[in-house]
Amino acid sequence: MTSLQQPSSLQGTKDLPRFINPALLLASAVISFATQASLAATTALEVNLLAVVIIAVLGYALALYLISYFIEGKRKAKDRFVTVLVSSAFAVAIVPLISLAYTVVTKGAARFDLDFFTLSMRNVVGQGGGALHAIVGTLEITGLATLISVPIGIMTAIYLVEYGRGKLAKMVTFFVDVMTGVPSIVAGLFAYALFVVFFGPGVRMGIGGAIALSVLMTPVVIRATEEMLKIVPNELREAAYALGVPKWLTILKVVLPTSLAGIATGIMISIARVIGETAPLLIIAGFTASMNYNPFDERMATLPVFVFTSYANQGIEMQAYVDRAWTGALTLMLIVMILNLAARLVSKFFSPKG
Amino acid sequence: MTSTENIRTQTPVRRLGDVVFSNAATFAGVSILATLALVAAFLIAESIPAFTGVEIAAAKNGFWAYVGPFVFGTVFASTIALLIATPLAVGIALYISHFANRRFSQVLGYAVDLLAAVPSVVYGLWGILVLAPFLTPSYRWLNDNLGWIPFFSGTVSATGRTMLTVSIVLAIMVLPIMAALIREIFLQTPRLYEEAALALGATRWEMIKMAVIPFGLPGIISAAMLGLGRALGETMAVAMVLSPSAVIGFAVLTSTNPNTIAANIALQFPEAGGNYVNLLMATGLVLFAITMLVNLGARWVINSRKEFSGAN
Repeated sequence: MTSLQQPSSLQGTKDLPRFINPALLLASAVISFATQASLAATTALEVNLLAVVIIAVLGYALALYLISYFIEGKRKAKDRFVTVLVSSAFAVAIVPLISLAYTVVTKGAARFDLDFFTLSMRNVVGQGGGALHAIVGTLEITGLATLISVPIGIMTAIYLVEYGRGKLAKMVTFFVDVMTGVPSIVAGLFAYALFVVFFGPGVRMGIGGAIALSVLMTPVVIRATEEMLKIVPNELREAAYALGVPKWLTILKVVLPTSLAGIATGIMISIARVIGETAPLLIIAGFTASMNYNPFDERMATLPVFVFTSYANQGIEMQAYVDRAWTGALTLMLIVMILNLAARLVSKFFSPKG
Repeated sequence: MTSTENIRTQTPVRRLGDVVFSNAATFAGVSILATLALVAAFLIAESIPAFTGVEIAAAKNGFWAYVGPFVFGTVFASTIALLIATPLAVGIALYISHFANRRFSQVLGYAVDLLAAVPSVVYGLWGILVLAPFLTPSYRWLNDNLGWIPFFSGTVSATGRTMLTVSIVLAIMVLPIMAALIREIFLQTPRLYEEAALALGATRWEMIKMAVIPFGLPGIISAAMLGLGRALGETMAVAMVLSPSAVIGFAVLTSTNPNTIAANIALQFPEAGGNYVNLLMATGLVLFAITMLVNLGARWVINSRKEFSGAN
């Protein structure tokens, strides 16, 4: 290949060798740690990890910029500098995720035992006890919320995609967007305001939690289903009409089955999103230490609220309460992860192959 | 099957199934409107006793004096969170869409989505037990060296339960959704623009500056506003991490911080009785109004540039 003419601003320059990146990063990390460690030794403080990392990355970016500036020219130097910045922005986001996962797993493991899943907190002070009451509550309330919001969500999406024309459809689309932005605590207040009318002040009920959650969940289901219905090819619908199939049967037998995997994925993700909601349940479902299987009567514990109250109301033997909070958090994370994973698997294996 | 002539003479039949099904679908659509109307109506109805009934001890100086610090705290915390999250989100989106290699970037996308799936109460627990102690030494350093800036002045909190910690937790919480939205928009940048820039000899950064950023700017703005809407309504992380008091102040490292509306409701509501409940309900209505305004603003930006459909 003949050599290409480089633009004048890049001319007369050489590329830096590839090993320059890791080498410089390592060097700046070592220097940064050394200076911080010596500083810590003189002031008798602990080494501040945050400072070490910040100085290392800044030093790396600056050194790379300067070296590149003199060897490769200004424009390439800037490009390298931005690459470092963008990559470190990404690293900054990943570090909390790793830290979070690590802490939840290590600290949650302390009480991740049989007792935790078979006992309630009734008459438990200090160590022992479990979160069965909260797990049952979470499953029931989330299940009821799903029962409410899935039919409404799917039918609304069908309306928007298959039937809705004109002003009403526009309004529905707009208000679904508005509904997506309702803060979770406001949904809880709404459920309380609704139930107070019928049951008087101080009402606490599991079903109220289900209603609050379905306010949060329905728009997510609608959006997911809508997206899936939209990508069903129009040819399929037209083929069905041409065979004389009525519209409603076309939707039921052609459109929905085609998009079923996508809809199932969307529903699972929406469940994963609301199962961790704390604020609305704190308000309307309340908290109890005992089992309560009946969502239509009295307070009902849920896993997120269990985590919150275990931490917020530490009794004697504080560590036991904090341990239970972490294990509750671990259980919650596991449920959310399993739901997300299942959603991905469903969409991978059951979506129609083009 | 009937003959062709027969079909031509038939008037279109309204099948019972069609009528029932289309009405059910329309009903579901209308029920969304009804639900939102009910939310507004019930909140307003339950808020009214706070203004008409007997005086509430917590709000001796009137409703607005009570809710003022909370409104300030809500907006303040969310604004700092947004200032932290927006550049990071743009960076992450750029990294996934233009820097990382294709297979790697898909895995990275999943990782960021996982962050979005973590329940807020877990963030709260992590924020107070891991992040706050970790940041305290840095806060002391900030206060010692940059204490002349009003934000970093005052006595540093020993526990790390400060406005800045809360804002950082909020930033981490809104980061994934913002990054995902911005990434989608960056991926929609017309391939030809990018290739044209590169063909003219632009470096990758110059290409991004010339083609990607101008194209994605409205998307970045609307993602930031949607992130702001989320941060405003976030409850549990704030309720767990912040050590609150009813003040208005800009110092972000001390232990006297303005509380947020949502966190105040979550902390007070379980113990509240009488028309204190109605008072909290009214503050909830204020929060609802603020988030609604922000979200409508974001939608307006998106809709005024409809081609960025990835932001919906």
